[in-house]
Amino acid sequence: MKNVLPPLVVALALLACWQILHSATGFFAISSPAATAQRMATLMGTPRFWLDVQETGLAFLAAIIIAVIAGVALGVVLGLSRGLGETFEPILVTFYSLPKVTLYPLVLLVFGLGMSAKVAFGVMHGLVPITLMTRNAISQVKPVYWRTAHALRMSYASTVRHVVLPAILPELIAGVRIGFALSLLGVLIGEMFASKRGLGYAAVNAMNLGDIDTIMAIGLFLAAFAVTCNALLLMLEQWVRHRGLVR
Amino acid sequence: MLTKPKAAPGTEASPHPVAVRLTEVTRVFGDPRSPKRVHALGPVSLELRAGEFFSVVGPSGCGKSTLLDILAGLNPPSAGTAEFDGQPIRGVPDHVGVVFQEDASFAWLTVEANIAFGLKRQGLPADEIRRRVDYALAFMGLKDFRHAYPVQLSGGMRQRVCIARTLVLQPRLILLDEPFGALDQQTRLIMGDELLRMWRETHATVLLITHSLDEAAMLSDRVGVMSARPGKFIGTFETGWPKDRDSRIVTHPHFGELTARLWEKLRVETMKHMQGEARGEA
Repeated sequence: MKNVLPPLVVALALLACWQILHSATGFFAISSPAATAQRMATLMGTPRFWLDVQETGLAFLAAIIIAVIAGVALGVVLGLSRGLGETFEPILVTFYSLPKVTLYPLVLLVFGLGMSAKVAFGVMHGLVPITLMTRNAISQVKPVYWRTAHALRMSYASTVRHVVLPAILPELIAGVRIGFALSLLGVLIGEMFASKRGLGYAAVNAMNLGDIDTIMAIGLFLAAFAVTCNALLLMLEQWVRHRGLVR
Repeated sequence: MLTKPKAAPGTEASPHPVAVRLTEVTRVFGDPRSPKRVHALGPVSLELRAGEFFSVVGPSGCGKSTLLDILAGLNPPSAGTAEFDGQPIRGVPDHVGVVFQEDASFAWLTVEANIAFGLKRQGLPADEIRRRVDYALAFMGLKDFRHAYPVQLSGGMRQRVCIARTLVLQPRLILLDEPFGALDQQTRLIMGDELLRMWRETHATVLLITHSLDEAAMLSDRVGVMSARPGKFIGTFETGWPKDRDSRIVTHPHFGELTARLWEKLRVETMKHMQGEARGEA
């Protein structure tokens, strides 16, 4: 019970804030929790909504898989080679500080309208944090682990596979957790600007119609998804980090 | 890259009567022409008899660890030759095991998996790995902890895991770089006993680097005292202990005399080192 109570209190407090905000803004700008829930129930009964979910889900899945694989691989390369790391980290950081939406026209020109542009935009958001966290984690690996691998006459590839990657696993999962949220953001933004399908498009469409209940319902749905996945990844990270610790 | 040992080897004694031979070995870090170069070690010459337990004591920063790195093949000498079993050391040689001062147990593996780690990398058959790991667990008193993770163990037990991980590889030369440096005095004595027991059982040649004169005097056949940087041997002492010694010899009258002689040699060097530090050289 002890573990359930604090989050429950926070959730109820947020709900109360939402209701107060709704009342304070004169009922137009923000739908009430009740109206939002009602609209969400209606939406979830329509096949169109689930088509949008499927569209966004597929794009997001592709984006996060590419971002994780490429991000970890890039992070490992930059982490292992000091020269490459010192050269490319500032470039990545600078790139990442750009508002990526300004590059979206270029992404559309390269990938065309549709799925691949959304995926690419999702990858653009998720890749860099995963790369940077992987690289940083590698630089924190205890030097004695490297020396041990060397003394055991392990090859470079074997050292990465059997020592470095297991050593940084908790940080890798943390990186995936952060990349996860950002990839989702990227995919949704992509859908908002140049798409005829997906939850991002549905939200923009509702905005044009002034249908605030629908916007709020989609927002709530996405928030529930993101919060759940984040919590699961956090649990996984904690479990990996504290393997063997009696709690 | 990795060589596979024979199916069921007992550790054999070194085939060569001289296990280790260093001839005029020096190590300089940095560009030799640069004024910022650091002359860390040497020239040192040293011979270790096969099966000998040799300890090295010396002031901090005297190049003890550099000496160990050269023998482990982790770091080549700048000049001179280093040989193990009559072969020049190029890269990490076969049959050499290293135990470091820092806790090198892998946090993500259980005790059992930690000990099996090197054997698995060598691609030994599963039943042979199991046999050797079981033996090491029993020998090192880790049997009840085989499924534990290092985070659940004390510092002494983690170091035991690291020693076991090296021992199961059945090295003929065991290099220990202040392996008990982080442990309390009582644990050090107990670990010293275990080290002696292991040394008798394996017939391996042992080179132990330590800060502790007591440890060196109690464990070794011979103790080498090194000078302040650049480290050279300024004296070696035969302890004359029987092979079946243990930590109880610390009460032997000869023990106090031995540590006094070691300290007499070392005291001057330690003061030199401290003066160097005060001048900002260290």
